[in-house]
Amino acid sequence: MKKDIRTAVTAILGLTLMLGILYPLVITGIAQGVFPGNANGQLVYQHGKLVGSKEIGQQYTDLVYTSSGKVKLDDGEPVTTPDKRYFQTRPSGTVPADNAAATTFANYGPNDKVTEQAIASNAAAYLSLNRPYDPSLILAQVPVDAVDTSASGIDPDISPANAAIQAHRVAAIRHLPLPTVMALVHRFTGQRGLGFSGEPSVNVMELNIALDRARA
Amino acid sequence: MTAFGWITIFGFVALLTALALPLGRYMAAVYTGGHTWLDPVLGPVERLLYRCFGADPEQGQDWKAYAKSLLWFSLAGWVLLYIILRTQTFWDFTGLNPLHYHSAPWNVTFNTTSSFLTNTNWQYYGGETTMSYFSQMAGLTVQNFVSAAVGMVVVVALIRGIASRSGKSLGNFWRDLVRTCLYILLPLSILVALTLIFQGSIQNFTTYLFAHGLTSGGAQHIAMGPVASQEAIKELGTNGGGFFNVNSAHPFENPTGFTNILEMLAVLVIPAGLVFMFGRMVGAPRQGYAIYGAMMLMFLGAVIVCYIAEAHGSPAQHAAHINTALTHGADGGNLEGKEQRFGIAGSALFDVVTTVTSCGAVNSAIESFTGIGGAIPFANLSASETIFGGVGTGLYSMLLYVLLAVFLGGLMVGRTPEYLGKKIEAREIKLVAVGLLLTPLAALFSTALAVASQAGRASISAVGKGPQGFSETLYAYLSQANNNGSAFAGYTGFVQPSAGNLGSHGVTFADLLGGFTMLFARYGPILFTLGVAGLLAGKRVSPPGLGTMRTDNPTFVILLIGVIILVGALTFFPALLLGPIVQGLTGHLY
Repeated sequence: MKKDIRTAVTAILGLTLMLGILYPLVITGIAQGVFPGNANGQLVYQHGKLVGSKEIGQQYTDLVYTSSGKVKLDDGEPVTTPDKRYFQTRPSGTVPADNAAATTFANYGPNDKVTEQAIASNAAAYLSLNRPYDPSLILAQVPVDAVDTSASGIDPDISPANAAIQAHRVAAIRHLPLPTVMALVHRFTGQRGLGFSGEPSVNVMELNIALDRARA
Repeated sequence: MTAFGWITIFGFVALLTALALPLGRYMAAVYTGGHTWLDPVLGPVERLLYRCFGADPEQGQDWKAYAKSLLWFSLAGWVLLYIILRTQTFWDFTGLNPLHYHSAPWNVTFNTTSSFLTNTNWQYYGGETTMSYFSQMAGLTVQNFVSAAVGMVVVVALIRGIASRSGKSLGNFWRDLVRTCLYILLPLSILVALTLIFQGSIQNFTTYLFAHGLTSGGAQHIAMGPVASQEAIKELGTNGGGFFNVNSAHPFENPTGFTNILEMLAVLVIPAGLVFMFGRMVGAPRQGYAIYGAMMLMFLGAVIVCYIAEAHGSPAQHAAHINTALTHGADGGNLEGKEQRFGIAGSALFDVVTTVTSCGAVNSAIESFTGIGGAIPFANLSASETIFGGVGTGLYSMLLYVLLAVFLGGLMVGRTPEYLGKKIEAREIKLVAVGLLLTPLAALFSTALAVASQAGRASISAVGKGPQGFSETLYAYLSQANNNGSAFAGYTGFVQPSAGNLGSHGVTFADLLGGFTMLFARYGPILFTLGVAGLLAGKRVSPPGLGTMRTDNPTFVILLIGVIILVGALTFFPALLLGPIVQGLTGHLY
């Protein structure tokens, strides 16, 4: 029995050294050497400042100020309003929205009244944001990704249909021709993985950065 | 539904089979001491490890000695992991706790430790708000490897028992353990981790970054870490414990549609390969194909139902008058709690892959699946890991069911039941029956305790009203008893008001009940399985005669599926009616 215990203890310690220390270190070494961009999260810098990651969804919103300073919600998070110059990401279940340091599912049940209310209010917000620039837009045209919460809460992508609707608003606000904006949407539409896996997805961060450049 | 969705599903099945066949051949060589092309590299490391451990790899062990080594090793692993997790700040000197996170409370740590030891990876904690990089690497990643290896060596021992021509030896635990980690799990993990990084997974020790955002409201902190190395073994070992709270939905864990396929393949390739390995090791590949056929039929049934249900959309969406049909530029369906880059098919398929195995990694919120779509993971868990199942655990659960089916079939046609030349008698079938009932017993007993007590109901999420709350509870204990680890994630055992565990507290009832459920439902069946292996090992082989019932033809496959569905349905149907089925049938909002 004593031998069994000694073997068990040395085995778990030895395997911890090999699999828990050496293995991750070797992988990190190779990753930093061969794919440094990916291994560090495809970070985007502007004027020397880190603005985000291409892989991580973020809010394209502005803080709301009054004469007495930032307006805050009951939970202390600042009130924001969508920045109409930019394409908007999917609804997020994290607090605050698109929190990439504390991700969480929204966990809305399929048969819950709160789910219906959340979806209906997302749809209403989406319509009021986009209909002024596309009067023919109706509820039945609102794509599911624009009203359903993403899984990660930091989904970097939207559907091509969602982007095509928002393109009307973005083009009007930025005084760009719609085809110019749509050309950018097509440029940043990722196809299905391996040609079949998943759905076509528009990367919002890349698209928005390209828009800023198009203006300049 | 789209053509691409169906191509995803059937293309995945084809890829899986194509990869599992050669892997099965390779694993058979690893366990029977044959030569592999990795010998020149790994041979010296292997011998060094035996010397350090003071283990004699050539010494055969009967089932009791094998079980004893397994249990001591597990106990040592439990103690070490508990210590690492509870002393998280002590390891700050390594620089691998950049946010100086404190340890989680004792009750949550008890649950987490039991969870990773048993290959469950149920998580009451959120990775990026709780764990240091050191805990994730030296603690959780190690158990991801060795808990998977423990499951695999048990099925190898059972196969040796079935195949043995003489003697009582089931092999040597230490040799099987080391060879599993070194020759199978480690090389595959390196391969998968590097592919994930190539596609966009991260692998660094940087502290969490602050990004200013493009607009004033866009500022955010971004969690970092050595993700890919843990992600690879998380899938390959059917562990499923995410580096981040949202698991494989997180873009750093699962960045593209390609990695989504890769991760699903990584989850299933070893369980599927083991089936082919079994056929080779017993000298009758057709026996392996028959079991593979039974598993694949049930798997496809689950995927097809789940995909159709999710593509249809949810009652909540329809009540809000959302158009869930396929339109130009959007595939529609119930995208609540799903990621755009995976879509409906990629999420439904992942959901089935993760719940038929004991993986429990998720790339979408299972709680937000439709009633019928969400009933599929329930049904998969009710099948007790017989549809591929966890690495090792799946095949030994299935082989117990095979013995049960052989016994029932033998009784029906009036022959002495025998499997691969070994007579199945009263003693074996008693062990099989009890071994198979331990997991459902643990699941249902714990669920009943949890819904009937105030302390248990405290874990139900605020939005989980009516049947949703019952579903959450049932799923929690079904998942922990099956060592799966996926969750209706609203169910909680850990209240963490701020990151770093300051001011946080665990829900002791849920933490302890879950922890004990996992330990009981893991080691109980393992001991019974090794007991069956021991009994079979001592039996003489009789040559097949005219009266032998064949176990490698379609008739037997159908009998086997029937037995699994019958046992699962009789055990779980009443409970399933109260949760997911009532939601799927009514469309009523609560």
